[in-house]
Amino acid sequence: MSDSQTTTLQAHHHHDPSLLVQFDTAYQQKDASQFGMWVFLITEIMFFGGLFGAYLIYRNLYNPAFVAASTSIAIKWGAINTAVLICSSLTMAMGVHSAALGARKLLVFWLGATLVLGSVFLGIKGIEYYDKYTEHHIPGANFDFNYDRAEKGEKLVPADVATQTSIFFALYFAMTGMHALHMIIGAGILVFLIWRAYHGAYPPHHYTMVENFGLYWHFVDIIWIFLFPLLYLVSRSPVH
Amino acid sequence: MSTATQTSLALEMPSDTYLNSSYGVKSWFLTGDHKRIAVMYIVSISLMFLLGGVFATLVRLELLTPAGDLFQSDTYNKLFTMHGVVMIFGFLVPSIPVTIGNFLIPIMVGARDLAFPKINLASWYIYIIGMIFMLAAIISGGVDTGWTFYTPLSTQYLTTHVMFTAIGILIAGFSSIFTGLNFIVTVHRMRAPGMTWFRLPLFVWSNYAASIIMVLGTPVLAITLILVALERGLHIGIFNPALGGDPVLFQHMFWFYSHPAVYIMILPGFGVISEIIPCFARKRIFGYSAIAFSSIAIAVFGFLVWAHHMFIAGISTYSALIFSFVTFLVAIPSAIKVFNWTATLYKGSIHFDTPMLYALAFIGLFTIGGLTGLFLGAIGVDMHVTATYFVVAHFHYVMVGGMLVAYLAGMHFWWPKMTGRMYPEAPAKLSALIVFIGFNLTFFPQFILGYMGMPRRYHSYPPEFQVLNVLSTAGASVLAVGLLMPMFYMLWSLKYGEIAGNNPYRATGLEWQTTSPPPTHNFHETPIVTQEAYDYESQTEEVEVVG
Repeated sequence: MSDSQTTTLQAHHHHDPSLLVQFDTAYQQKDASQFGMWVFLITEIMFFGGLFGAYLIYRNLYNPAFVAASTSIAIKWGAINTAVLICSSLTMAMGVHSAALGARKLLVFWLGATLVLGSVFLGIKGIEYYDKYTEHHIPGANFDFNYDRAEKGEKLVPADVATQTSIFFALYFAMTGMHALHMIIGAGILVFLIWRAYHGAYPPHHYTMVENFGLYWHFVDIIWIFLFPLLYLVSRSPVH
Repeated sequence: MSTATQTSLALEMPSDTYLNSSYGVKSWFLTGDHKRIAVMYIVSISLMFLLGGVFATLVRLELLTPAGDLFQSDTYNKLFTMHGVVMIFGFLVPSIPVTIGNFLIPIMVGARDLAFPKINLASWYIYIIGMIFMLAAIISGGVDTGWTFYTPLSTQYLTTHVMFTAIGILIAGFSSIFTGLNFIVTVHRMRAPGMTWFRLPLFVWSNYAASIIMVLGTPVLAITLILVALERGLHIGIFNPALGGDPVLFQHMFWFYSHPAVYIMILPGFGVISEIIPCFARKRIFGYSAIAFSSIAIAVFGFLVWAHHMFIAGISTYSALIFSFVTFLVAIPSAIKVFNWTATLYKGSIHFDTPMLYALAFIGLFTIGGLTGLFLGAIGVDMHVTATYFVVAHFHYVMVGGMLVAYLAGMHFWWPKMTGRMYPEAPAKLSALIVFIGFNLTFFPQFILGYMGMPRRYHSYPPEFQVLNVLSTAGASVLAVGLLMPMFYMLWSLKYGEIAGNNPYRATGLEWQTTSPPPTHNFHETPIVTQEAYDYESQTEEVEVVG
């Protein structure tokens, strides 16, 4: 068995420049890098897990503040962004599919579409952050939850609850900010991938990079799928 | 063993090694070779260890007298903080995995390299960047939070360089994540034909367990430090009681990483001992699978005990009870290891070479460290001795008596494999003895001091504690001599050491079947593994026939 393996190994090393020296076969190489990507995503889950844990605790401690703060966020933008991001996951999946088929132009197109949708998401996020700034809902500097609620015809909340909403917004910015940071990094990698794909760097037998990036992009999408209800939909049901 | 001495005249350095395959600065700083990266790590963490040692020396000097006469209390706070930060994040967490582990794990599984050599190199650069931040914080005035960064002290009250230090640790954390990820994938996907899970050397098992903790724990530390930085920089309120934030939440998040991190530090040490004991007892390791599984058990239980650091932080009685109970559970897999090493020694033909001396010291010191950990896991006793020198003594018995001694054991054991030359046996044995004596003299008095009630982290103390403190400081100077000796004779041996040959200890295991030092891709032919790594019994018979 080892003899045949050694021969195949040498054959590969002579003929396939994309097979790295530490691997015996192309399958092993692809398998290892995908496995590595999954392990990396587990670290990402633990990273966001810390924030989700903090959210869980404070939501239980300060439920009225969380309800008040959550209902003050514009649900419209969050909902649009959710749709945008789900669509970007679709275009990403199409991109991986095109790579598997060896359709270079389609791959570039779908990756480009993913980049556009990702940028739309970040743009909308920017609008939302700006609204928070004008409403004085950014913890730290001049935070004042009741700042313009009276003008907008919304009920003022008691002072202690208003203070506690600061915790909600701290988590809101930490969670969506870390998510946006992952999107920005993803967008940067996408630019690189598009450029490389255009030059034909991802043939059907060697597109693990695209596939792994797809896993990352879907992961970032799923994080948002959790963030949206947790941040935007606290006690939104009409029964309340 | 005298085999090496007798035959060394006939031995020659192999012509094709990882050290002479290419030359020049670039061939090192852009290398993907796990062995070269290991060497770069050895140099880097040794420097951090020296720096941490300087701070320790200053701390012990201050404590020589009851009055706080050598340093102001502020300076003293900085000294013990920087000692802790540098030793833990600069030395102990990376230590065995990035050096011995990096060097050996691919060889032990029969691979040409780790799965991701570029990520391995990146991890070294990230570590260096993290250390530069840490050093910048130290040079620009230091930090005095204690290595634990407790809020709200760290976020609201101190004006020292908390931010720089936190960023440094955050960055170094990514280096740790990359190493862990690389090891996990390598063990899963890079094993040579025939290298089944239960033929893996126990060193690989224990590093695998440590990698699981690195991968699962470190990201939580990362987000915690980010929140501390946000709180400190922007006052977002998440740990600030005035805004409804909960400082105890910080402790939960911090210890969720930092208690398992203790096992990141000690598990690879267990692995080293599990390799050395069978080699110098000339016996198969006793209870292979029990040792392998106990590593995994420690990694799992290790995540469920964090709040035993918080018994006095106002957590509920019931959660304290549960955390105390699980803490006791961790003792079971740890004891399994100690019993199995001891059983391996039983009726073995024991050779007291330097690695073995260190390994035996490890068993004794770690046992003391582990058992005193149970005192601290018992809520009632912990109330009495927490935040005293008892705690300081306990974790130094684990971290120095355990981890550092295991690191030295491993460095001696695999030194001939890494460099091709033997360390000089006589001074090495002496260093092991001096470290053992110096260590006990330094830290045993601290158990008594702590039990008598001397609190940690103060630069002055009541005069009745002086005798024990003088003993401790004297011990620290002996320990320093013992620790500096290897640095000198190891460097000396690079040029003048005897040529070791491929297998100077007649050890089993794949790493001893390739040349010393190994060639760039470890083996000239991919090995086929037909048995586990501890086949010492058949070897012993052979030797008896010859002898």
